[in-house]
Formats: sequence, C-alpha cells, structure tokens
Amino acid sequence: MPCIASTLTNAPLSWNPVDDLNQLFTYPFMRSAYLAGTATAIVAGVVGYFVVLRGLSFAGHSLSLMGFAGATGARVAGVDPLVGLLVVDGAGALLIGALARRPRGRDVVVGIVLTGTLGLGLLFLRLSRAGEALPVLVGDVLGISAAEVTIVEVAAAMIVVLVAVAFRPLLLSSLDEEVAEARGVPTRAMSLLLLLLLAATTAVATPIVGVLLTFSLLVAPAATASLISGRPPLVVGLSIALGVLYIWIGLGVSYWVDMPPSVFVTAMAFAVYVGVRTAGTLAAWRAAAPSRPPAA
Amino acid sequence: MVPSHVTWNLVDDWQQLVQYDFMRHALLAGGIAAVLCGAVGCFVVLRGLSFATDTLTHVGFAGASGAVVIGLSPVAGLLGLTALMAVALGALEQRLRGRDVVIGMILVLTLGLGLFFLRLYRGYSNETYALLFGSILALSLRDVAVVAVGAVIALAALAAIFRPLLFASLDEQLAEARGVPVRAVATAFLLVLAVAVTAATQVIGALLAVALLIAPGATAQRLTTRPVTWLLLSVAIALGVTWTGLALAFWQPYPASFFITSLSTLTYLAARLVTAGAVLSRLRPATRPAPAAEG
Repeated sequence: MPCIASTLTNAPLSWNPVDDLNQLFTYPFMRSAYLAGTATAIVAGVVGYFVVLRGLSFAGHSLSLMGFAGATGARVAGVDPLVGLLVVDGAGALLIGALARRPRGRDVVVGIVLTGTLGLGLLFLRLSRAGEALPVLVGDVLGISAAEVTIVEVAAAMIVVLVAVAFRPLLLSSLDEEVAEARGVPTRAMSLLLLLLLAATTAVATPIVGVLLTFSLLVAPAATASLISGRPPLVVGLSIALGVLYIWIGLGVSYWVDMPPSVFVTAMAFAVYVGVRTAGTLAAWRAAAPSRPPAA
Repeated sequence: MVPSHVTWNLVDDWQQLVQYDFMRHALLAGGIAAVLCGAVGCFVVLRGLSFATDTLTHVGFAGASGAVVIGLSPVAGLLGLTALMAVALGALEQRLRGRDVVIGMILVLTLGLGLFFLRLYRGYSNETYALLFGSILALSLRDVAVVAVGAVIALAALAAIFRPLLFASLDEQLAEARGVPVRAVATAFLLVLAVAVTAATQVIGALLAVALLIAPGATAQRLTTRPVTWLLLSVAIALGVTWTGLALAFWQPYPASFFITSLSTLTYLAARLVTAGAVLSRLRPATRPAPAAEG
C-alpha cells in the first residue's frame, strides 16, 4: 500500500514551505510519483471532460475496476501488467460499445460486463496465487520506476494529441448527436473512439494510482469544472488544473500523514465539488430573489 | 474435506452437497439472497438504477470496514450505511435522472472513505478479501438467520409496494397524477435495495454483488414483457446461477463468486443472442414491421 510516511524516517513537517518541498523532492520515488501523477491527472482531465458530458461515469468506473482483471490476468499469463490492462480494458470497451448501441439501457450492459470481468479477475487472483487484491485496487504510487514514468508520459501525450485532433467531431457528437450526424460526423465511430480512449486512459493510470483514484481523477475535476464554466476549452483547462492540484496536494500530504494519497484526493475532490455546487445554488437563489430596495 | 466425484445422478449429487453443514448454510443463504436480488433486480433494471446499485455496494464496503474499525459488526455497518445512502439517493432521485455525474461524485467520496477505513484497520488481508469477494462457504447459522430475516422483511415490503412501484416505474407522471406517492415509493424501494445489497455482499462480496442485482433482471427482461412473468423468471435465473455456482465451487477448486458472476453474465449474453436471432428471423420474411431492436 502506498503509505509514504510509514516507510520513511523522514524529518517532521517544519512549517517552512521551501524546506518542506526540498525535503519532499530529495527522494527519487517522490519525483517519479509527482511526474507520473501529473501526467495521469492531465490525461484524466481531458478525457474526463467527455466522460461527464456524455454521462459515461459508470463506464469510466467500470473500465477502471476492470483493470483489476487486467492486472491479475497479466500476472497469470506472465506478461507486463500494462499489456493485460490494455487488452482487458480494450475488450471491455468494445463489448460495451457492441452491446449498447444507444445510451438507453447502456448502464445495464456496463454493469453486466463489469461484474463478468471482475469475476474473471477473482479467478486470475486465485490462479496467480498472489493473494493480495489490495495493491491492485489502491495502486502503488511509490513503486514507480523511471521507465514506467516514461511510459505513462508517452501514453498520456498520445491520448491528449488524439483527443485534440478529434476534438471538434467528438464535441459535436457529444452535444447533439442528430446535428452531428446530419453534418456527416461518424457518431458511432466517435462514441467507440471515446470508449477506447477511456479504456487506454484507465489502463495507463491504474498501475500507477490504482483503480480507485483513476476513477476519481476522471470524474471529479471535470464535474467540478463543468459547474464553473460552459465553454468547452475553459472546462477542459480547469479540469486539468483541478486534477493536477488534487494530486500534488494529495501526494504531498501523504508524505507526512500515514494515509494513501487517494484518501486525500477523493476527500478534496468531493469537498470542492460540493462547495462549488453550493456556491452556484446560492448565487442562483440570490439572482432569483427580488432585489430589496437599498437601505436608505 | 475431500468431496467425492460428480456422478451425473443429480439426486446423489444433491445428497453429497447437503451432507456438509457449510454447504447447507451456503445453499440456504445463497438461495434467500438470490430470491431477493432477483425480485429487486427487475426494478433496478426498469428504473435505470444500475449505477446507483453499484455505488450502494461500494457504500456497503465502506460501511462494513468502518464498522470493524469502531468495533461494530460488519453487517450492522453494511446495512446502516447503505440504508442511509438509500434515503439520500431517494431525496436526490428526481434530480438524478440522466445525471450520473452526481452518483459518480458520491462514489468518489465512498471509495475514498472505504480506503480510509481500510487503512485504519490494519489486519485487513483476510477480512477485506471476504468483504470484497464474499465468503459464502464460511457462513455460520447466525449469518444465515440474519440474511433470512432481512430478506423476509424486504420481500414483504416489496410485495406491499409492488403495484404502485410498478406503476411509478413505468409511467411516473401518470402515477403521480393518479395519486401514487411517487417519492415515498421510490425511497421505500431504495431501502429494499439496501437490504438486497447487504444480502448479496454477504454471499458474493461487495465487488461482485451487482452481478446478482442486475444480470438476472436484465436477462429476464429480454425474454418476456409481462411484469409478473419477468419477476418470476428473474428470481428463477438468480436462484439457478447461485445454486449452480455453489455446486460447481464444491467440486472445482475455484471460488463460488467467480462461478456465480460468470454464469450470470453468460446467461445474459445467451439471452441477447437468442433475442437477436429471433428478431433476425422475424425480419427476414419482411411481412410485418420490424420490432424495435433494442440497444
């Protein structure tokens, strides 16, 4: 489990921010964790925008949980975890795309594909005789090698470039499928592309930050950002910024407090979301209320 | 325990199964949970609550691990927190239509909470595994009794609200106009769902509980359009996959949860193939308009 504080005999928090940051970055694995975490947050922020826009939260959750079967299956087959993750998540995305052609009833298909895959994951866990399920679910942000950091960065860059190239058709088919179709956008292909991008994102992110945090970074920053603005480029930018901020703070706090970073990231993400929602509701109220005459 | 071989004589096999206490407990608890989940699952599918159900199973995990940390029984935490969240979801449900992001955010919080409790509770390995993947072969008579009592109450509640629930699920506006207390019925159903989630978690674990709650209902929906037949078929499928899964796990060295989830998924895929085939064969003569293919 990635509990940074318990594995180190690090100096206590000095309340001098510069010293504290210097101490944080003296360890190579902290630098690796920060690099990989930042790449993950960026790609999750970009793909997460479409996840929120198209109501794919359940699919995102399922694909990241399916990573469990991918990681344990790779152990059984003796291949790299990333290969197992890509195969299982890719197959899951294609199966969901094939069985649920329309949004209606999609969540049933997602649920069934999810549980079928998780059952397989349980079988693989038993077959691989490496009894621990938890590291896969929680991720191992501490054990990232320099090579893995490079893989995450390259994969993240590829996904972001792909989204940037297909941004307009993706956006159009997400906002209004009928108009997009009339304009000649291949909407079926776009929704399948998005599912595959989602699968690739979760496959790359899961070994680093774990199943749970992958989902949180996919949904929470983008959901908060869409509450703040309605302009697509701004929402994507905000969502990236929020995700990066969460993961930086989460990693930093878990260096001193004996808890996995996921705990802080999820708590922060939820609190900010609720805060922004409440502020929005209050603002709407104030705007709707008849303005009182100014006090004379 | 070295079980003897499968004999192709079903009566003999059944007698082999039930001569062990732990198998009797497992068959009983699994059967009760399957009946409840099969019945509840129809409405989960009808009301589009798959994601909410999945979230409730994670809530259950957080509740159970939290209860262990503060020294309560896991079942109490499981049921307590899922019921609480069911009421919260009921209050939000009107606004949740098509807004799966809100459920997603609740899930984010829940996952973090579960992890937090897990971290506090260091002796996690075996108990966590049992919670995530079920421990049906290790159930005591007392566990079976807890599942049974909960299921009987939940099934009675479901029977009591059956007609208004069905009405409200099929056409909410019409039901509301006819004076059905739509909100109250929805919240009552979510509480029944919380009990079903608790029962399913005991049997096949938090990660896989959704299998019993979605797949049988979705499979039965493919095969019939009449509500009562649908319900009975769903219960039968849930019962069938659970008992078959348990029997397979008795003779094979793999976990029962794996067999139960795989059988549920395969049954659903088979039903999809059958109905797709039926639609195709009806399309070919092209004498009547094609029934709407579902997606």
